Amino acid sequence: MFSDYGQIFVFMLVAIAFVLVAFISAIILSPRKPNISKDATYECGEDTVGDTWLRFNFRFYVVALIFIIFDVEIIFLFPWAVVFKELGMFAFLEMVVFLFILILGFVYAWAKGDLVWDKPSPIIPKLDRQIFKAD
Amino acid sequence: MPELTTILFYIFAFITVGFAIIVVSTKNVMYSAVSLFMSLFGIAALFLLLRADFLALTQVMVYIGGILVLLIFGIMLTTKITDAEIKTNNLSYIPAAFFTTGIFVILIFVLYTTKWNQKTPIQNEETISQIGKALLSSYVLPFEIASIVLLVALVGAIMFSRKK
Amino acid sequence: MDNFITSLLGENILTFVLVTVPVIAFVAVFALYAVLGERKISAWMQNRVGPNRVGKGGVLQTIIDGLKLIQKEFVSPIRADKYIFNLAPIIVFTAAFMGFAVIPFSSIFIGADLNLGLFYFFAITSLGVIGLMIAGWSSNNKYSLYGAVRSVSQIVSYEIPTALAAIPVVMLAGSLSMQTIIHEQAGGILNWYIFGGPGAISKLILFPFMLTSAVILFISTLAETNRTPFDIVEADSEIVAGVHIEYSGMKFAMFFFAEYAQMFAVAAIVSTLFLGGWQSPFGDLIPFLNNPWIQFGWAISKGLLLVFVQIWLRWTLPRLRVDQLMTVCWKFLIPITLIDLFIIGLYAVL
Repeated sequence: MFSDYGQIFVFMLVAIAFVLVAFISAIILSPRKPNISKDATYECGEDTVGDTWLRFNFRFYVVALIFIIFDVEIIFLFPWAVVFKELGMFAFLEMVVFLFILILGFVYAWAKGDLVWDKPSPIIPKLDRQIFKAD
Repeated sequence: MPELTTILFYIFAFITVGFAIIVVSTKNVMYSAVSLFMSLFGIAALFLLLRADFLALTQVMVYIGGILVLLIFGIMLTTKITDAEIKTNNLSYIPAAFFTTGIFVILIFVLYTTKWNQKTPIQNEETISQIGKALLSSYVLPFEIASIVLLVALVGAIMFSRKK
Repeated sequence: MDNFITSLLGENILTFVLVTVPVIAFVAVFALYAVLGERKISAWMQNRVGPNRVGKGGVLQTIIDGLKLIQKEFVSPIRADKYIFNLAPIIVFTAAFMGFAVIPFSSIFIGADLNLGLFYFFAITSLGVIGLMIAGWSSNNKYSLYGAVRSVSQIVSYEIPTALAAIPVVMLAGSLSMQTIIHEQAGGILNWYIFGGPGAISKLILFPFMLTSAVILFISTLAETNRTPFDIVEADSEIVAGVHIEYSGMKFAMFFFAEYAQMFAVAAIVSTLFLGGWQSPFGDLIPFLNNPWIQFGWAISKGLLLVFVQIWLRWTLPRLRVDQLMTVCWKFLIPITLIDLFIIGLYAVL
């Protein structure tokens, strides 16, 4: 096990080294002529107005919260999935109970409409008469 | 020449503690978050050195992939923050110093008075199946209670977020 | 460690470095040629010619592009937070590349055959999210920030169906080690987990459920890598390029590399879990095809096949809206995977 994680560590170092080598070679090879408009924030040719950090839809945060709960649940699922065949029916039912309790919360969130995202409501202009008449 | 694992331990301990100090001392919230990332990573590496591979990966998955994401989301979602206001406030040094010294003394006291169970390092490599079996046999009740705790957390989080 | 490199040279630090060399070479070559492949395939699907000027039929196109990117100025916008801005591509690429450590290329080659391999893969890919997030924040650009928030909420949401769809295989194999999962699927196409894994012919009743899991795993890994139809993250018609917007030159190239590396990584995960990884589909009928060196061919060609499907989908489907994205994940994929899990668990335990 130890050498395996040592290998992972080496993978990490090699990846970082790869990026740094790419960056350094780019720094060496590339020209360096900064000017104000080049270094300005890109906004399709306009000057940026106001703060970058605007208010977001709160649902992004709610999703992240629900995600953490499910993440922890998945952490429990992995050891269970590895051993449950040896332990048999009882272990299976334990996980069913565990998941059932969590699914209650999920159903609650669903029923209360916390998983509903705002749908776009395009205003489709209505016409009184048909423009193109079928032949 | 000390053993390789000892050297690695000191490197990761240094990373963990060093970045943890940056977390509390830097004035920029985002720098805190990034330092916390490094610090949590160091903790995961320390778990690995203790041969607790499942715990280490759980650390990465839940703390870095979950809680840190939520923290950074929190920073991003906070409205009306500009470069000037996105700073931590380093006031109240004296009460903080008082409390932390107190906790430090207590921890040192506990560290030296507890009779630690000394165990030879487990050579068995498959930690996950042991964890799974323990979870499903000896620790069934805590396991099921964990799901209730998670349920409460889920409902609570939803309730909080609904209050605009 | 079951590596031919290790068996030749023994375990020392040099070996550890040497093991990563073929992997990083593969990632680099794959990324370069996947870009070309994507352009060629899209051209073919849209009745165009595609890049054909550099080299014969355009084979050198992306190498030239890479050389161009390396000569581009190393720009950091004035308003960006320079340290975090430059750190982000490092984190994103490192996370993507570290995933390759557990991808089995053959029975004699895998970076590290952890007994938590699959779990490690999920944990490490969730690291990339932090990179995207701080990239979006530090660019100090509205589009970047929107892109970051979108991508993060998308990736974390789809992490759940990804893990839930992979768990049935873990349940049947009783292991998280990638090599063990593949060894379990020995003996021909019918023993692949998409057909219910090894066992009596009655296991074929699992086929519809395993197929559902495989498809859901494929869909949600598509979302994890931000590929179309889940590319609202870099939706060019809405938020220009999302988190990539302020990045240029080599920094952008790193994001690009990471994205294409991840495409192959998730394809390899799907093929390992459900399509037998490096196993030959003919099993013992043609023993020659089980040669460890030919297994490289199987692993890579299965991966490339799934990458082709990813590219195919990109040039076929329109982009989803945010609300559709979330609905698909929370209201369809997660409940379906949970039901799947229940049924497969019931079968396994009975």
